[in-house]
Parts: sequence; structure tokens; C-alpha cells
Amino acid sequence: MREQSHRLAEGGRIDRATPLRFTFNGRRYGGFAGDTLASALLANGVSVVGRGVKYHRPRGIFSAGSEEPNAVVQLETGAHTLANARATRVELYDGLVATSVNCWPSAEYDFAAALGLLSPLLPAGFYYKTFKWPASLWMTYEAVIRRAAGLGRAPDGPDPDRYDKINVHCDVLVVGGGPAGLAAALAAGRTGARVILADEQNEMGGALLDGHDEIDGAPAQDWTAEAAARLDAMDEVRCLPRTTVFGYYHHNFLAALERVTDHLGPQDAGVLPRQRLWRIRARKVILATGAIERPPVFAGNDRPGIMLAHAARTYVNRYAARPGRRAVLFTNNDGAYRAALDLRAADVEVAAIVDTRPEPTGDLPAEAESADIELIAGHAVVATHGRKRLSAIEVMALGDGGGQVSGEARRIPCDLLAVSGGWNPTAHLFSQSGGRLRFDATGACLVPAVAAQATRPAGAGNGTFALDGCLAEGWAAGAAAAAEVGSRARGRAAKAPGATVTPEEPPGDYGVVPAPGHPEGGPKHFVDLQNDVTAADIALAAREGYGSVEHLKRYTTLGMGTDQGKTANVAGLAILARLGGTDVAGTGHTTFRPPYTPVTFGALAGRDVGALSDAARRTPMHHWHERAGARFEDVGQWKRPWYYRHPGEDMAGAVERECLAARNTLGIMDATTLGKIDIQGPDAAELLDRVYTNAWSKLEVGRCRYSLMLGEDGMVMDDGVTARLGRHHYLMTTTTGNAARVLAWLEEWLQTEWPELRVYVASVTEQWATITLCGPNARRLLAEFTGDVDLGTQAFPFMAWRAATVGGIAARLFRVSFTGELSFEINVPARYGLGLWTAFMNAGEKYGITPLGTEAMHVLRAEKGYIIVGQETDGTVTPADLGMDWIVSSKKDFIGRRSLGRTDTARPGRKQLVGLETEDAALVLPEGAHLVENPGQEPPVPTIGHVTSSYHSANLGRSIALALVKGGRGRMGEAVHVALEGGAARAVIRDPVFFDVQGSRLHG
Amino acid sequence: MLLIPCPWCGRRDESEFACGGEAHIARPADPDAVSDAEWADYLFMRTNPKGAHRERWVHVHGCGRWFNVARHTVTHDISAAYKVGEKPPGDAS
Ligand SMILES: [Zn+2]
Repeated sequence: MREQSHRLAEGGRIDRATPLRFTFNGRRYGGFAGDTLASALLANGVSVVGRGVKYHRPRGIFSAGSEEPNAVVQLETGAHTLANARATRVELYDGLVATSVNCWPSAEYDFAAALGLLSPLLPAGFYYKTFKWPASLWMTYEAVIRRAAGLGRAPDGPDPDRYDKINVHCDVLVVGGGPAGLAAALAAGRTGARVILADEQNEMGGALLDGHDEIDGAPAQDWTAEAAARLDAMDEVRCLPRTTVFGYYHHNFLAALERVTDHLGPQDAGVLPRQRLWRIRARKVILATGAIERPPVFAGNDRPGIMLAHAARTYVNRYAARPGRRAVLFTNNDGAYRAALDLRAADVEVAAIVDTRPEPTGDLPAEAESADIELIAGHAVVATHGRKRLSAIEVMALGDGGGQVSGEARRIPCDLLAVSGGWNPTAHLFSQSGGRLRFDATGACLVPAVAAQATRPAGAGNGTFALDGCLAEGWAAGAAAAAEVGSRARGRAAKAPGATVTPEEPPGDYGVVPAPGHPEGGPKHFVDLQNDVTAADIALAAREGYGSVEHLKRYTTLGMGTDQGKTANVAGLAILARLGGTDVAGTGHTTFRPPYTPVTFGALAGRDVGALSDAARRTPMHHWHERAGARFEDVGQWKRPWYYRHPGEDMAGAVERECLAARNTLGIMDATTLGKIDIQGPDAAELLDRVYTNAWSKLEVGRCRYSLMLGEDGMVMDDGVTARLGRHHYLMTTTTGNAARVLAWLEEWLQTEWPELRVYVASVTEQWATITLCGPNARRLLAEFTGDVDLGTQAFPFMAWRAATVGGIAARLFRVSFTGELSFEINVPARYGLGLWTAFMNAGEKYGITPLGTEAMHVLRAEKGYIIVGQETDGTVTPADLGMDWIVSSKKDFIGRRSLGRTDTARPGRKQLVGLETEDAALVLPEGAHLVENPGQEPPVPTIGHVTSSYHSANLGRSIALALVKGGRGRMGEAVHVALEGGAARAVIRDPVFFDVQGSRLHG
Repeated sequence: MLLIPCPWCGRRDESEFACGGEAHIARPADPDAVSDAEWADYLFMRTNPKGAHRERWVHVHGCGRWFNVARHTVTHDISAAYKVGEKPPGDAS
């Protein structure tokens, strides 16, 4: 570990008593508590921290805040790793490990920098032009580009950290803890209003931490500490440091990310979460979000050692880190002179101040001159030198209103160029909230204009840059917001904090700084440092017709990096405006979208991961199934036994065994998951008449009926059996996955269209366990368990139900069947489900009772040509398409009936349900495969339908399939071809019922 | 995220609700009396206004009730929430 070569001996808000070690790109360095990774790197004289994404030119630390485009690092390793962390916002902790992204093999020796030589081949729209068509070219380039262009790597394992979410309400949310935000929070807080003050930095103070202003006659940092302490002491005020409000949504709903323990490094088993997502509903919002300095756009402006002026000032003042030894300031405004003065105070030699304005006459320029700093007015930086670190700049005189440079170029050696093109209010949240921005010509920046919600911008974020204005505006906003929510201060009146500020002259022109020679052929003027977008790229895009701001953004990728162009966008707009002979008010701006800074997926997911990501529903017999070797499938949230694997069996063997048992002796199935809806009321039958395709009034108590439910568009939505339990009492069953949807459907119609119907619907799915016994021995086994009901086919026919005692339990028996076998569904209160199931298994041993999974059930029903909603139907299928007209009443109205007569619904040639028999009996077609008439014809070959269900049937000794085929019922016996990978298979269209066509087993 | 005033429960986050689209679309009393085009209009066609809009919401993760909301589609200002069967405020018809 070497000495911190660029660390000042004293000053700054770092704790020299707490030294820290860290590793960057494999080298070990030292820093102090209070450093950011960026300040620690600068203190160690590290100049290159990354490479440009397109040309792989070396890049250095450019800013000291969230806007950082260059110093984007990979933090930590393995599962803990975080891609795209901004070194300027990473608080240093002991043992921190970071690496540059986008460099290979290293930031300093980058192989792909050779690409820089190819830069004429990488113009704007390069991706559009090269990779659109044909696809093969894209395939060729993709691997190369992806390797070279990626930013960061994903973790290599599940996230080991915990994340929390919290919901809060408040009267006033203050975003930003700088002078305006602190004043606002104080003014609102003293009224007793519920206030939240959030700031992204580790301590409150904002830009006050970077300089040496005075407030109320005292050092501003003392005032800040006192203000923070006073806020902490207010019961209803909550201060959230390290918290970025990143999204402003409807109705004053805002989201914030609190980095709870990030500054401590990876924690193994801490009590605290790594991060916390705050979901805040605020009655009033004050946006004291500050401003972001923007760079002038000049030739060679991306070299390491070129940095925003305020950032240079921040590094010497706040972090006691010298970003260079010999500096030049390049500016168009007075404020940046403070950087030159502070750098000099920190023993950085200031070689010159280059000001684009012809005659800077403000107090700060005067102060600089009286401090014997050379002021080169009316000049611009036209070139920079140095490979891995700036070594010199060249300046020339500006003429033609700033549009041209002329005269001799003067070379000034320096290793730091502090730049300033003025400031942009951080209007991201204001714009996200729906607020309108206006272009302020004086500051050449976008400023909040018209709020769309209960929002008050204040301070620099509102275009009020001077400290006295920030304090006054923040205080007024806080007081007004509190008053609006009915909160008023008691006790003696308080006064807004005040400050005396040095007045500043208006800034000069903002846009591209000219360079000698052709503007597009010379050295690059970078606009977007992170995405390597140059002024020439913008000019090219405009020439090629991408002149609207939204098109420009997508064509050039301007502002589309992880920094979202915080230092680039306004420059890009200014350039585009000038090309079009207008200003930014004319071009407009792109949409500001959340998040303001990147948010981890972990924080958004919170605790809703792994087993908690969704509820799992299990039947009372679930553990029995597990012990019996069941493999489960998810049906909605339900876990259903898919098949029961015996030792030595594969899935096909298990399904075959189950299917044969059901037809030859006795199967048992857990059908608990079928949706069950209890319907009661005098108008229950009327409701059923309206939602089902067939008629219900004449169904007797004790009987059941199968039916289809349609959408209002006439398409099949669900099917199921409904039983009449009593005069005004029905039990409807639905498919497992549709239970909630059908209940909601009934509720919707009852509440919105038919409030006059006297009927109630309620889900009873989980109140009942349902066991299905099916097969030739079903009645025999059931008879052993019940003595109070005649199970004979005369007394208890198919599609009837009986109340009975089964194994001593009050039960409902339904004689219904989904397999085509003699079948009983036994419903008992859920708590008896497992007991009865076990009793059936024990007593059924003599019949070879066999549990059936859903796969066997699907095969058995397909043998009978029974549909599954969602498999044979897809929202475009009518009852007639399924050959189920027999179930559709023509004597009453019901939901969807009118649509069945629409021209498209009734047209000939619609796809109809048929069976398919493959020529090769062993071939099981893939579900979803398309049917064609002539596979040999020139592509494109038209499809005439597709396979909806396909299985091997052990009972038939061959494969079977169901399909939807255009005009299918008119094609019986026709041969078709099934398009498969690597060829086509022949199959014959047939009736969909493959087994027991007469239905004798069902009724036996 | 909208803050929706359920007429039964009070103001709740949008995530507790589901939107049922445009409100006050009457189902033809006698579907056979309307033409295919009129039926299709009822089935498929919805207004998409930039401005005042009335829409149906259901408080799925709450009371389960359907109700109507008058919302401005640009400002998202909710000027009223009213029960099924009630007239929208300001509607004299
Ligand atoms: Zn409610």
C-alpha cells in the first residue's frame, strides 16, 4: 500500500484517524473514513478509471456526484457484486474491492482501444444500420460488440443480501438536504407537520459540504450540523440520509431507495437489511434537488484529468484530495471561479482561467485577478494532450460571436482542466411528476415551470442558484406546504436563515466550442461521455432526419447510459437546436423517466423472493402424495400430483400404469383443487341461465349438469359441472386455474348489470376435499364405505348427486366423470380429506387401487375427446368450433349468445376440433405443431390448424392427438401433414372420441 | 400509483384495485334487436379520451365492490368515485 500522493495534509470532512484499505483493479490503496471511492482514488493519484464504451479511450473521474458518467465500477465480487456503481457515490469502507467495467485486459492497457483507430466506422446509427438486416450480419458482429460494449457483470449466484420495503405517509416530503431542503424541513417541521427529509448523501448539507459559505454569519457547515440536529429532535420529522428519491408517480406517490448498510460493505448476517425501499405517499412534496454542473463541449474533452469545476472544488474542500497539481479552469460563468480560488488555496498551481466571455467583469473574476491568476478572456480550449492523463491544453481566441476560433494556438501544460458550462437544475423528479419545464434563456437551462401535482420546487432545482435565494425559497416552500395541510407553528415567529452572497454576472453562451478545421473531421467533441456520443454524431443524426429529440436519443444513444445523460442531455439539445436554427425551447426535451439513479432488483423485490415470491396452495392430502413419490405440477398456485413415480419407473411408465389401472380396475385422484362456488338465492337458477350456455330452471334437485361459460364475445371461457343442492342452492365447479376468475366474473355481472338478482356467490374451494374414484371397481369400493345411499345405476344415475355418509363422514357424492369411466367424486369437509383418502387406499388394495396424477387424467380424457379449457381453447374458440352445439340453448339469452351469430363467429372454414391419428402409431406429435396440406410446396406454407393435445395412449396401444383444423369436421378421413423439425409426419383426421364411443362405461 | 377513493373503504393505493375499463356502457336490453355493427360497438369499441373519463374499478384486495371513478386521463385528477347505479356527479341526464 503506497502513500496517498495527492492527499492534502489537513482539512476536509474525512477522518484521518480512521484509515481504510481498498483494492481497485487489483492494486491496494489507502483512504480514510469519509472518502468516496472516487475521492480516495484521486487522493492516490489514480487517473484512469475506465474506458469509453465505443472507442475505448481512457477516462477519468469527471464529477463528484450522481451524474458521474465515467467512474462506473464493478463493486465487490461473486454473489455480492454490484454492476455500474458510481465511484463518486460509493462510500469507502475497509476492504472494499472494485474494478473498472468495460476494459480488457485493464483500464490502463485496453486491447479494444485499437477500435479507436476504427472510429470512422462507428458513426451514429451504427447499430441501426449494421444490425437491422440481414440477420446473419448481426450474428457475426454481435459476439464481438457484446464483449466490447458491455457495462458490468451480473452476480454469479443468488443475492445473499436482505432487502426491506416500507410504506409511509407524510404531510411534507422534502427531497434533498441542501440549503433549500434543510430550510424547507425546518420551516415545515417546526409547525409539527409530519415531515420526511431524504438526501442521497451520507449526511445532510448538499453542496454546503463542498464549499465554505456562511449562513446567518456562521460557517455554513456549522449551520448545517445544527439544522440537522434540530430536525432530529423534532418528533414528527424523519431524516433519511443515504436515501435517493428515484421515482415520482401519480397522486404524490414517490419511491426512494435507502442504502442502509451499503457503506459498511458486504454483511454476512447483519440485523439490518442492505437496502430499504420506501414507498411514500406525501400530501405535499418539496423538490430541493439542487443542480448539476454541465461541461462545455470542446475538442478532446474526454481525457482523464478533465473534470467539472465544482467537482474539483469538492475534492479539495470536502475530501482533501488534490485532483491535479497544475490546473486550468475553462468556464463561461463566474461561479466556477470559486474552483480556481479553492484549488489555489489547496496548493494546486492554477496556470490560467480561460473564460469564453470577452469581458468578465464580475466580483469573482476580479477576485481571481487580484490573486494573480492569469485570466484569458474571450478564449476557448481547442485541443487537449496526454494519453492516460492530461498533459497540456491549447487555447485560441474566440471570434464571430463565439462561432469561430482564430489566431495562434497557445499551449498550456497542466494535468487538471476544471470545466464549467453553467448549471442545470435537477428537474428529473419534477418532470416525472408530470410538471412542465421551460427553457430559461439566461441560464440556458430547463427550469420547472408548471407543477402537475402538489409539488413545490425550491432552490437550485428551481433555477434559483444563489445561496440566499435557496434558503429563502426553501423556507417559504416549507412554511406554505405545512400551512396547506393545516399545520401552523405555535410560539414565537421564526425567521428564514439568510446568507450574504457574491453577485454573479450572467453566464456566457452554451453549446459546442469550435475547434480549428472541419468540425466533424477533427478531434472528437464528446457530448455523452458514457455512451461515447459526439457532437458530430448529433449533426449526422440531424442530417439523416433524426431531428426530433426522441429520435435523436434513440439513434445516437445520447442519454441512454446508466447515468441517463445527466451531464450530456442539455448539451445535446443545445447542439441540435443550433443545427435547426432554434433554441432548446424549440426542440423540447426527452422524457425524464424513473429511476433517477439505478435501483437494484433486490430492493424492488424486497422479501418477495424464493418461497415467498408467490403463495403455494396445497390440498389436505399433499403430504401423502409426497410420500407416495408424486411429482407435482403447478396449476395456478396449486401444487397438483402430476404422476406418482414408483422405483425404477420413468414418467412414461408411471403414466401408462396409472392409465391402465383407471380403465381396468380402480383409480383414485385428488380433485380438491377444482374450483367450487356456492350459489344461493331465489334467483340462483336465473343467474346460471344467464352465464351458462344451457338451461337450468328444469334441473331437479339431486341432479348435475355440465355446461360451458362464454365470454360476451362468444368464446369459451370455462366449463364445469354444476349441481342443484336445493331449491335455491347450487354448487358450481370450475377448472382449477379459472376458479378465481369465474367467481370474479359472476360478481362483476351481479354487481354491475344484474343488481336486481337475489343471489349470492361464494368460493368454497378450500372448504371441501374432493376425492375421485374411477374405474370398474369404483362402486364396489365406495359401497364398503357407505350404507345410507343406493349406489345402483337406477337409483344413482350418471350426472346425479347424493348426500351420504362415507366412512362416517357427512359427504356429498357426485356421479360425474372426466375420464369416461364409472366415477364418483366424494366431497368431504377439508379436514377429513386425508383420513378418507388413506382409508380408501387401504381398503382399495385388493382392487389394486392406483393414485392418478394430472397427466394420466389428461390422457384418459383425451381418449374420450373431452376438452380442457385453455388447451383445446385459446380464447378464439366457440362451442360450435368444439362440436358442442348440443350444449347451447336457443331458447334463452346468455352471455355471449348474441356474438355466436356475428358474421365472423358463424362463418364456414373456422377451425374445428378433430382427432388425429398418426400414420406412425408410435409417434407422439408435439403439442402446438402446425398442420399443412402440402409440405412440399414453396414457403410460406399456409397452416390449416394445430395440435392441441397429444399423448401416448396405453389403453389404445398407440398415440392419439386432438387438433383444431380449418373446416375439420368436413375433412374426416383426410390425410394431413404435421410440420415437424426436420420434416413432416402424415396423420389422418378422425372423430375426437377414441375410446368407448357409446359411453357404456360411463353409464355402467 | 393512483390513490383511489373506494366509496366503501376510503382512499387506498391503486395496487388494491383492478380497472374494468370505460363505465356506463349499457348492455343492449334485447341483443337480438341490434345489428351486428351495434353489437360489435357494444363489445369492442371504447372511447379513449384525453381528458375527463369515467371508468369502472373493482376493489379486488379490499371490499370486492365494483364502482365508478371520474378521472382525468392527463392529470389523473379523480373528481369523483360513486357507486354502481348512481349517476356521475354533474350529470343531469
Ligand atoms: Zn373498498
